[in-house]
Amino acid sequence: MKATDIAEQDYFHKVVDCQWACPAHTPVPEYIRLIAAGRYADAYMINWKSNVFPGVLGRTCDRPCEPACRRGRVEEQPVAICRLKRVAADYKGDISDRLPGADVAKNGKRVACVGAGPASLTVARDLLPLGYEVVVYDGDARAGGMIRSQIPKFRLPESVIDEEVGYIADMGITPRYGEKIDSLKGLLAEDYDAIFVGSGAPRGRDLDIPGRQEAAANIHIGIDWLSSVAFGHIDKIGKRVIVLGGGNTAMDCCRSSRRLGGDEVKVVVRSGFDEMKASPWEKDDAMNEDIPILNFLVPKAFLHENGNLTGMSFDKVEAVYDEKGRRNLVPTGEPEVVIPCDDVLVAVGQENAFPWIERDAGLEFDRWNMPVVNEVTMQSTNPRVFFGGDAAFGPKNIIWAVAHGHAAAISIDRFCRGEDVTERPPHQITISSQKMGIHEWSYDNDISNDGRFKVPHADKAIALNNIKVEVELGFDDRLAYKEAERCLNCDIQTVFTPKLCIECDACVDICPMDCITFTENGEEADLRMRLMAPALNLTQDLYIADGLKTARIMAKDEDVCLHCGLCAERCPTGAWDMQKFLVDMAKAGASCNSH
Amino acid sequence: MTFITKPKLHHPKLPTNHLGFTRRDYEGAVSTLCAGCGHDSISAAIIQACFELAIEPHRIAKLSGIGCSSKTPTYFLGNSHGFNSVHGRMPSVLTGANMANRDLIYLGVSGDGDSASIGLGQFAHSIRRGVNMVYIVENNGVYGLTKGQFSATSDRGSKSKRGVPNNDEAIDLVSMALQLGATYVGRSFSGDKAQLVPLIKGALLHQGAAFIDCVSPCVAFNNHLGSTKSFDYVREHNDAVNRLDIIPERSEIVTDYEPGQTQTVTQHDGSMIRLHKLTPEYDPQDRVGAMNFLQQRYALGEIVTGLLYLDPEPRDLHAYLNTSATPFNELGEAELCPGPDALEKFNASLR
Repeated sequence: MKATDIAEQDYFHKVVDCQWACPAHTPVPEYIRLIAAGRYADAYMINWKSNVFPGVLGRTCDRPCEPACRRGRVEEQPVAICRLKRVAADYKGDISDRLPGADVAKNGKRVACVGAGPASLTVARDLLPLGYEVVVYDGDARAGGMIRSQIPKFRLPESVIDEEVGYIADMGITPRYGEKIDSLKGLLAEDYDAIFVGSGAPRGRDLDIPGRQEAAANIHIGIDWLSSVAFGHIDKIGKRVIVLGGGNTAMDCCRSSRRLGGDEVKVVVRSGFDEMKASPWEKDDAMNEDIPILNFLVPKAFLHENGNLTGMSFDKVEAVYDEKGRRNLVPTGEPEVVIPCDDVLVAVGQENAFPWIERDAGLEFDRWNMPVVNEVTMQSTNPRVFFGGDAAFGPKNIIWAVAHGHAAAISIDRFCRGEDVTERPPHQITISSQKMGIHEWSYDNDISNDGRFKVPHADKAIALNNIKVEVELGFDDRLAYKEAERCLNCDIQTVFTPKLCIECDACVDICPMDCITFTENGEEADLRMRLMAPALNLTQDLYIADGLKTARIMAKDEDVCLHCGLCAERCPTGAWDMQKFLVDMAKAGASCNSH
Repeated sequence: MTFITKPKLHHPKLPTNHLGFTRRDYEGAVSTLCAGCGHDSISAAIIQACFELAIEPHRIAKLSGIGCSSKTPTYFLGNSHGFNSVHGRMPSVLTGANMANRDLIYLGVSGDGDSASIGLGQFAHSIRRGVNMVYIVENNGVYGLTKGQFSATSDRGSKSKRGVPNNDEAIDLVSMALQLGATYVGRSFSGDKAQLVPLIKGALLHQGAAFIDCVSPCVAFNNHLGSTKSFDYVREHNDAVNRLDIIPERSEIVTDYEPGQTQTVTQHDGSMIRLHKLTPEYDPQDRVGAMNFLQQRYALGEIVTGLLYLDPEPRDLHAYLNTSATPFNELGEAELCPGPDALEKFNASLR
């Protein structure tokens, strides 16, 4: 294998699994160390800069970081990254003096954002400090988009939304709330230099099976129902509720139902339990609230009498895999299953809807009737129109919306300055030794043996009685410290300098995870099997260094390295060093030729 | 030294031996030796050898004297018996322990100061008595704990860190062990675990006096240009006569090598040592030939390594003394203290 180019900007970034997996690339270990040090405000600001809504995301993020967390590969559970983020938000105190103010010289450019959800607000936050006038339109009377309209308050209190949306409003947004945009051409005709579409995926998919029309009074579309609940238009539901669907919206629907009078709430899913789209912890929370999840049942009909819904019938299916590994749900031939109920919530998916974009507005649409959007620049085929969030590529989540917002803001800024939007500003990378003394490092390299700590929950009887009582109470400072100590500091990189190495094997002998091998070079597949422990995780790189006196190579499997620094502590010549890798993702306003 | 303990977490694919232990279960405390010390590699090799042989930790007694090398038993086999004796006196303590309980595996760990200076007599006599043990000398050619004076195994002409040459002739413990009748003699290098681990395994299975001289560079005081025990010098002058595989009694031989290149020796316990000859004319069962070969190569400045001599049918001190087959700790009071009548009878036999 060729020697690894550790100067390549993504190499060490990939080693920080959590940060690499995060769409916004939040520097997770960096803020977790600050939480351990009790510097909550500093931890919050790192988050705020990167993901804009730390308090919201600390409660509701889909957490792509956690399945990626290296800790989950060396013991049972990853670090509770998401809940530590919430700790930073909960204990930060007043950070208003750290935020950019509204007092910015205007650059004369005007940007319109359609929708006041997380994507648009991110665009606004990135562009306002640069002097843009950002006009935000939303059909609702208040900003927040799906954060406010779809996430139940028992998961995300309104005060947290108000606070973090408020930080951006205070930067000088020009709000046009309560104004629904019904024509892109109309908006294009106005005097805007760029338009950002962050209107979400507002249409819940329906289920067209017999009985749908007749029993319509008690059949509700999940996201519409959630939003009616959020805005207080609905405050009760029947005693027996069926929720159709296996995603996070279904979990929000069933748990909301439990709080609005649903005593017997069941979730019914076409697929198996493991294939459900809902996050595992959301399924756990639902089941903890006595909500059974019934799998492999395909809705057949809504049953009704005299125009009243009485129940639903389902066909039993099983998963059969063909030779290509594709799954088919095949009827088992067993008798249909009938579940009596008073109300049904349909949460079987969401769709984008752009009835307000005229097909002759200069935007190409693809064969699925979706606007064609560049995945890097977020620009549509009308150069003045940009997309982000669920509006861009269909339903994803908040953290993706934020990432789209950052990318779109860069593009809009470059577009408005007459620069090529395909040319992207580089990320700023800092790498620095953490050595403080012979055996002292600027980070806590002693590895905690603790398992993952559970977040305390509110008493179930109280929580189920009031839809506004937050279920998760969050870590206190003591638990937060202990959970933070579980972080392996994957951003503190093992950096090897071959010309200093005397091949004494000290690093090989001390490494608790058998990551390091000195051996003859070979092809990757062969090398991976010849290491101290076989390197079977192909998603993780081998760090190869050559130039040793014996002409062997140093091969380090990055997979399960604890970043404990013992290799560097036991190295007599300083050939190993522990160096902190920080990447500051490019934001709007960064120059392309600054290095 | 390192202040944190080695993390308990280990590689998820770390293999276990048939006792269910991983290699990590044979470790001891974190080393307090200088970073990069060759001795730590020897500790790692001992750990690996005991893991591979699936030795129950409580069946090993590790004994040592004084010095950097003699500190190392703390850093391996944390669940085994241990005794840290007086400087140079490890061989007598080991002999005594062995006499009292022949059921344990005795692992004596010593250094060039402990064995070639203050304990030279002890070393010599334990070897010539044929005590059933593994005697490892971690040989770095300097007194590390007293800041790098030449030791008795330092080669004539080898230079100190300050550039002063050594004028005294070196004691070659391997030649002495051969001359004194050790029945398993090897030399290796801390930087070559592929050779060292099987050499230690073979010694652990050997039922007689097994001696291993392991060159172990002292990174603090003896790893410079001009030293004959530095990593670079040993790598350049390492003349390995063979490589070996240890095949325990239970296992089948699965690998085949070119005929003529290998030699299989069955030890008394049924285990087999398969030697891959790197120097075809070298015969490790020819004791006189081995001694001659060593002297010839030494004169050329070469360091001969590998399994240098093996007597597959050794006799040990218990056989010579006709001692009790049962360890003392398993004998009852009646056997250990047979009473005044037995004493009278014994005394009478000497009159």
